[in-house]
Amino acid sequence: MTTTAQQPGVGTPRRQVQSQAFWRRILKRPEAGALGGAVLVFLFFYIIAPPFRQVPAFTTVLYQASTIGIPAVAVAMLMIGGEFDLSAGVAVTTSSLAAAIFATKVVDSIWIGVAFALVFSLAVGALNGYLLIRTRLHSFLVTLGTFLMLQGLNIAITKLITGNVATGDISQMAGFSLGQAIFASNFTFGGVQISIAIVYWFLFAALATWVLLRTKVGNWIFAVGGQGDSARAVGVPVRRVKIGLFMLVGFSCWFLAMHLLFAYDTVQSGAGIGNELLYIAAAVVGGCLLTGGYGSAVGSALGAFIFGMTTEGVIYADWDPDWFQFFVGAMLLLATVVNSWIRERAMRGK
Amino acid sequence: MIEHWRKSVLTVAGAALACATLLSAGPSSAAEKYTFAMITHAQPGDTFWDIIRKGANAAAKKDNVKLIYLADPTATKEAQLIQNVTQQHVDGIALTLAFPDAEANNVKAAQKQGIPIIGFNAGVDQWKEQGLLGYAGQDETVAGKAVGERLNKEGAKNVVCLDQQQGAVQLEARCKGIKETFKGKMEVLYVTGYDMPTVKARVQAKLQQDPSIDYIVTLGAPFAPTVLDAITAASSKAKVGTFDMTPRVVGMIADGKIQWAIDQQPYVEGYEAIDMLWLYLTNGDTLGGGGPVLTGPFFVTKDNAAAVAKYAKAGTR
Repeated sequence: MTTTAQQPGVGTPRRQVQSQAFWRRILKRPEAGALGGAVLVFLFFYIIAPPFRQVPAFTTVLYQASTIGIPAVAVAMLMIGGEFDLSAGVAVTTSSLAAAIFATKVVDSIWIGVAFALVFSLAVGALNGYLLIRTRLHSFLVTLGTFLMLQGLNIAITKLITGNVATGDISQMAGFSLGQAIFASNFTFGGVQISIAIVYWFLFAALATWVLLRTKVGNWIFAVGGQGDSARAVGVPVRRVKIGLFMLVGFSCWFLAMHLLFAYDTVQSGAGIGNELLYIAAAVVGGCLLTGGYGSAVGSALGAFIFGMTTEGVIYADWDPDWFQFFVGAMLLLATVVNSWIRERAMRGK
Repeated sequence: MIEHWRKSVLTVAGAALACATLLSAGPSSAAEKYTFAMITHAQPGDTFWDIIRKGANAAAKKDNVKLIYLADPTATKEAQLIQNVTQQHVDGIALTLAFPDAEANNVKAAQKQGIPIIGFNAGVDQWKEQGLLGYAGQDETVAGKAVGERLNKEGAKNVVCLDQQQGAVQLEARCKGIKETFKGKMEVLYVTGYDMPTVKARVQAKLQQDPSIDYIVTLGAPFAPTVLDAITAASSKAKVGTFDMTPRVVGMIADGKIQWAIDQQPYVEGYEAIDMLWLYLTNGDTLGGGGPVLTGPFFVTKDNAAAVAKYAKAGTR
């Protein structure tokens, strides 16, 4: 498979005319709207909820955001590539179960369990991609299938092997403290406790942004999601890109799974259901189009941040807990509306 | 292309069929005289409900009956499950009345067919008015009151009640019970299911919002260790007590990290519900003398944790 040296038009459709003002170029980025939404939500809670103003509160928000943001970065790249993954939320639980069960019941080594979970998660991603290409069904249907299958497997296999529905405590095994240091440690910075998950989240978002904007693979991803057939015609390996993107989601699920496993020691096999929608929501709030070919990794991070601020902000504001989900939904809707309003204004202006 | 399609369809269909045969090939004893159904509002993959199921299985095995176990945490679907087993013409139903109003019609329909029904775990205030034969479980309001009194004794002033399933009556009853006897301030905090980072972040946020909170009562045991994490992260001094148990929680009680767990003995609930159906069908017996058969509350504290630990580890307490 060869690629032409100059790809006419592919992957560079958003380059603007050079003479445009700097701020207008910023405003036309996919994540500009999400930035506006994030600032708005932040100011809103900053004004009405005094406890929200403390620095520790900010790290609590960031932590909640990071556990959505880590898979959301990969999900955003997948969506730019034109596909969905509904299995991501449950796949996180699958991965931590795979690690815990393999480590305790099969080999008695944490690290082989962790490696097994990685291979397993990548395999689930590859299977999603392979089924998509073989059956030519919409990814919504294919991953809905794997979502339900994994949900059943999580409980059935756990029960079959361990006899219970939660995994055993792995915190007594050799190597646990090193695993915890890598995946789930906390460090103190400026007097507040910060989870390392936040650092990884920023790192992944930065890395994904670089790949999307500065590499050939990034161009391929935009091309595959925007115009799949044209992309194939100019030599983009569409199938490999799509399978690769699903495997990337698998990797991000594994990473979050390891954080959860080492941070909370045991895993309930029923966890994770519903989170896939939060990942997709974070990507969409962050500027990804549901139709593919457009979006950004930084945007998904902002989307996760908006979600984190909203869920925690409602508590800081001490609103009636019976209304909790309503407020979260309303705030998300508000953020998204502001987001698309800013984007439209920016696009209209010359 | 069509050939291609046919091949992949065949592969998928073949795999599905193989799975189906594998799953249905379980042993079925021919001598089973009755088929009972157990219907609960369990969230899939919850340790507590697994213990109930183990108790039910033990009773079914001893009484030599076939047991169908079905669960759904939403009101409408749990009600539909009642309809489903009624249409299967089971010989008896043991169910949780977690959503009494939603279930009432289907309970009535099953009763019209002459199917005996036993309630357990949830619905201690509703089982009689719906005409159930008996009830095995804890009176949640009584348990809540016991917790409230304990909190008074320990000198708590500002308590958070962590509820993992908004709208389930037995959980609301626990919080209400605490409120009735507890003299300080109490607030409910809702979380949704087992997403532990969310639980941690929400509890942390609550503690930062109101630093005077000095006690957190979790309504489900898997949440207690996570709440402890949140307390450390928020550098709060709040103490933790929980409804129900897991092996991990029992260990933490023995270590003095968690103050107490209030045990309703889920194994006995599952066991008794099935056994009561069997006694009724084989000998016309009822238990409880018109009242509920109480399986709790029983406080597990540092003093008796060691005795309970071995059963908790085996997954039956």
